[in-house]
Parts: sequence; structure tokens; C-alpha cells
Amino acid sequence: MSTNEKAISSSNSVKSFFAKIVRNQLFIPIAALLLLIIFNFAADIILHADTSFFKIVLEPSSTGNMVLSGNLITIIDNASELALLAIGMTLVTSASGGQDISVGATIAIAGSTILRIVKGYSPDISGAKFAAVIIGAFLLSVIVSALFGAFNGALVAYFKIQPMVATLILFTAGRSIAAWINNNDNISINDTRFGYFGNFIPGIPVPTPVFITIICIIVIALVLKFTNLRLYSQAVGINASSSRLNGINPKTIKLLSFIILGICVAVCGLIKVSRTSSITYAVIANNIEMDAILAVALGGNNLGGGKFNMTASVLGAYVIQFLTTTLFRMKVSSSAISAYKAIVVILLIIMSSPFIRKWLADRKNRRLAAKAGSNVRKEVA
Amino acid sequence: MKKFMKAMMAGALTVAMTMGAAACGTTTPTAAPTEGPTEGPATEAPTEGPAAGDELIKVGIINNDPNESGYRTANDRDMKATFTEENGYEASFYYSLKNEDQIAAAQKFIQDEVDYLLISAAGTSGWDGVLEQAQKAGIKVILFDRTIDADESLYEASIVSDMAKEGQQAVDWLASQNLSEYKIVHIQGVMGSSAQIGRSGALDDKVAKEANWSIVAQQTADWSEETAQQIVQSVIDSGETFNVIYAENDNMAKGAVAALDKANISHGVGKDVIVIGFDCNTWALQELLAGNWNYDGQCNPFQAAYIDDIIKNGATQKVVIMDEKGFDATTITQEDVDNYGI
Repeated sequence: MSTNEKAISSSNSVKSFFAKIVRNQLFIPIAALLLLIIFNFAADIILHADTSFFKIVLEPSSTGNMVLSGNLITIIDNASELALLAIGMTLVTSASGGQDISVGATIAIAGSTILRIVKGYSPDISGAKFAAVIIGAFLLSVIVSALFGAFNGALVAYFKIQPMVATLILFTAGRSIAAWINNNDNISINDTRFGYFGNFIPGIPVPTPVFITIICIIVIALVLKFTNLRLYSQAVGINASSSRLNGINPKTIKLLSFIILGICVAVCGLIKVSRTSSITYAVIANNIEMDAILAVALGGNNLGGGKFNMTASVLGAYVIQFLTTTLFRMKVSSSAISAYKAIVVILLIIMSSPFIRKWLADRKNRRLAAKAGSNVRKEVA
Repeated sequence: MKKFMKAMMAGALTVAMTMGAAACGTTTPTAAPTEGPTEGPATEAPTEGPAAGDELIKVGIINNDPNESGYRTANDRDMKATFTEENGYEASFYYSLKNEDQIAAAQKFIQDEVDYLLISAAGTSGWDGVLEQAQKAGIKVILFDRTIDADESLYEASIVSDMAKEGQQAVDWLASQNLSEYKIVHIQGVMGSSAQIGRSGALDDKVAKEANWSIVAQQTADWSEETAQQIVQSVIDSGETFNVIYAENDNMAKGAVAALDKANISHGVGKDVIVIGFDCNTWALQELLAGNWNYDGQCNPFQAAYIDDIIKNGATQKVVIMDEKGFDATTITQEDVDNYGI
């Protein structure tokens, strides 16, 4: 009897250990990441008999600087915008129980604002002056994006419009507004210094967007650690009326989450326009809102609001970029890439659907019941 | 969950809708290659126009939204500059990216008894009825930039650019460079757009014919510089070599060049990689002038002079194909940049 019990409990502890891992929110993004790494590794061995996918080289760029390059660097670099958006989108999701689908369009607005300011300055102004221009342009775009975020937030918080419907307005109108800001000119900035934010700063081998993202992640981590933002937005997301009874104003929290997303959007706008020193209003950051929402979902967060895990969301963003880069490498047509992402979305949504959850829970209960039953029978015997 | 799914579907629908709009937006920019408006044959006409106190020619102009693209903006500015009272016109403008709105506007212009209807149609079908009405009312129709599926007798003339010719000119130029081997990264526009079909077609034919021409990568970047950058970056990361970037518009060429710069690959006149773009944006021509790019195919948005000529002197042919230039970085001048940049 006692040995029997021990065996059961030890097998239970192993099971519960795995169950704990599987239940951990970081499980899905990390598992997806591992899957992609294994896939690329296998594809490399089979197709090229090497591991070139993971090769990172340090070599001089055309401007004469030593820069790191390779697929992994490309992934970390290109995922920056998505990681930033995932931060804001997670907060919006948590507090409002919905998603902002206008982020791509507001990136166009933020980028257009920056270009509007920067294009007026000739490339030969001194470094300090140029820095001042960039900082000014960026701060203006932060204000503009925060205002547009506040507009979305106000519709959601005060007029109680569903977030996806409220943000549909800017989703539709945003790119026209972006075009209007610059009189629809096809702008190209000649100053190479403008490219520093999306590419490399001379002498530093790591792409600048990586640093920008790290700084933003640290800032949000500190904010979540030292303020009540996490608690409040989760409380509002889980039950707005009871959080109001406890002295939290749900309207303010929802508005705040959209404003924070607006600031994230402004940073993305800077990186995006800096990458190529130009803008195409109709397609800049095209469909990025879907990727951002997917990052939050991949992070295992409930898209209906409430509890959230920021680390998981950010990891989700890197998984998506890893997938995109992998697909590009497999020479999948770029127009088909969104179809592959759609498959991931479908799988995630089905996995998290109440039907599947109930089915899994039922199965587990039945197994437990069966085990309990057999134990009882044994004891009786 | 249900709510969420509903919202998702609504979102997806709007995405699809706006994507459609964006696609036709960008399709057009490629359409119009020719000399600047100043060179058109019609510009002399204004002297005889309103000065004599003649009655103004009433024209109803139906165009796509000028915000759609740089091409369209230039096109609209050109129209506004040509159809002025000084030139003898009383012009009314209507803009929409929707075919049915444009048709409704055409009906309104017919009721207003304009003399000419100038149409850049958003879609190719559905115009027969309204064009017949115009014919009965004695209103002459001139199509510009885009053709429609209607009987030729229903319109006076159609002024378009030939995308296939644009592509052919670029490919001929590339062939004239006499490289021993052509390894091409081909970045396409929105698939199915007339610009993409025309510009891809010429290159595909040549690659199929020549043994030393090969495509290293062929991908659509949907007219987006960021996607073009990612595509070229993935080619570079995979370690494949290439010596030609054939991008079907300037913005995608710009994105491709950004990826080259990042990876220390030289480009331009006498360098490792030849860069080809289209549309002749002013900044792109400046890149040519600086020797950073090699070739840019023109896309002329200046149809107004042609239309003006047809109105004042009559149409000589149904389909007028505008002249399209291609600029070589070794021969381009500042004057070209000023005259042909849009």
C-alpha cells in the first residue's frame, strides 16, 4: 500500500512538473521558438548540409563600420517594432478587453509627422542641431500619437464603443491623415544621419532598433514593478464595476492604456521611417496590427482582457518575426506569408476556445475520476 | 469569444477592403511616362482661349483620389494647371476611388451639360450605360491613364501609358550593359496590377530566353520599401550572390538599397550591384544623378497636355500611348531631374 502510494505520488509529481511547465504562460511562445529553431536547423542540415541560418558575422558595412549581420540579427532587428507594439497592445487588451487595429495607420501618422519636420532641414546642419531637430520631431510625433491614442481611448472608455470598432475609424482614416500631413509628397531624406535610428550608429555593430527596444522594455518593466499599473489594468479588465467600487476609475485606466500604446506607436514610427529614410503612406507598417494582436495571443494572454504576461507578449513578437524570416528564407512568396500566419492564428484561437478547453478539462477529470475509482477499488480489495 | 470572432471577421473584412483600395491606388502611379506638361503640344492654345471672350469649354473631370499616390498627386496638379479659365476651360473635378461613385458623378456631369467628360476610371467595367447617355447628350468622352471595357465608339480617345514598353525599355537597357552574367533580384509590385504585369513580363521573357540571365529571387513587396528591404536582406542572409536589383517602383528600390547598405554591398555606377527603379520620383532621379542607382524608368502622369490637344485639334487615333523615357545614371542631368521628377 505504502509503496503503491509513493509510486503514484512520484509519478504525479513528474506529471505536475510538466503540467506546471505547460500551464506556464511562457510555454507557448518558448515552445514555438524552439520549434522554429529546430525546423531551421533541420532544414539547413538537409538542404545545405550546414548551419548557415544561425551564422552571425562581423564585417564592415558600406559606410566602413563593423556591423553584425546574419539571420538571427535580422530577426532581433526587424522584430523591434512588433515588440514595442506588443507592449502597448498587451496593456490595451488587458484593460479594455479588446484590441487596437489602428496601430499601422497611426504609425503612418507618426512617421509622416517626423518626416514633415525633418525634411525642412538641409543635410549639412551640424550634429548638435540635427540631434535637436530629430528630438523635436520625435517629441512632436509622441504628442500626436498620444493624442490619437487618447482619441481611441476616449471612444472606448467614455462612449463604451467596442475597441475594435472604435479603432476602425483611425484604421480607415489614418493613412489619409498621414498623407495629408505631408501634402502627399513622396519624401526621401538624404541625410545619412537620419538612418541611424533604423540601421546602425557608426562604430556600434548592433542595429539601433535593438537598443531602442531594450530601453523601452526596461522602462515598461520598471513601470509595472513600481507602479500599480498592472494591478489596476488587470482589475479593470476582469471586472470594471467592482474595480470602480474599489476606488479605481476604469475610464482613466482604459484611456491611459491607449495613450501608452500611442507612445509605443510613435517610437515604431521613428524606427520605420528611419529604416529607409522614406515613407509610402498606403503600405507603411501594413497589417502590423494583426501581427501585434497575434503576438499578444501567442503570449497566451486572454484577448478578452484581465490578467496578462508582458514577457510572453514580447516573446510572441520575436516568434512572429522568426516565423516571417524563416518563411522569407524558404522563399515563400511574401504575399503568402500572411496566410501562414493565419494558420497560426487559427490554431491558437481553436486551442483557447471554450469548447476545446472544456473538452480537455473533461478528459482530465475523467482520468482523475478513473484513477480515484481504481484506488478505491484497491483499498476495498 | 463569439464577440471577438465577430470583431475579428469585421476587422479582416475592412483589411481586405482597404487593401483593395490601396492596391488600385498604387497600380496607377506607373501608368504615365512622357515629357513634362510644358512640352505638350496643347499649351500654346491658351492664347486664343478666353482672351477672345469665347465661351469657355465645360469639362467634367473624374479622377481617382489625389492622395492615392505621388503619381496621382502629380497627375491632379497637372490637370488643375491645364484646365484653367486662362486656357479656355471651365473645369469641375470629382474624385473617388470607387467605380460606382465615379459613374454617379459622370451622370451628374451629363445633367450639368458639360462639353467633355474626362475619366480616369477606378474600375474597368460598368461604364457602358453612362457613356451611352453621354453620347446621346452629345458629350465627348476622353479616357486618361486607365482604360475601360467599353466599345471604342463610346469614347473619343484613351490616353494611356504602356507598362510592357516601360519594362522592355528597362530590360533593353540592362541587356546593353553587357554583363557576363545577370543574377537578378526581382522585386514586384502588387500582383495583378497593370504596372506589375507589364514590368515583370519584359524581364521574365528575357530571363527565359537568355542562358546567362537568372533570377536569384522573385518576390512581391506590394510597393512597400520595408518589405523590399526584408526580401533583399533575406537573400543576403542566405548567402546568395546577385548583381542586379530590378524593383518595379522607386520606393521598393529604395528599400532594397537600404538592405544593401546595411550589408556592405556597393551599388550604383561601376559598383557591384545595378539598381533599377521606376516612376521617376525627384529623389530617385537625384540618386541616379549621384550615381547610387543605375536606371529609372519614367511613368508619366502628365496627360493633360494630350487631352488639351485632342479637345482643341481633334483626335487622330483612339489609343494614344504616351512617350516614356528611361534615365541612365551615366547620362542624366540636373535638367532631367527638374523636368521629369514627380
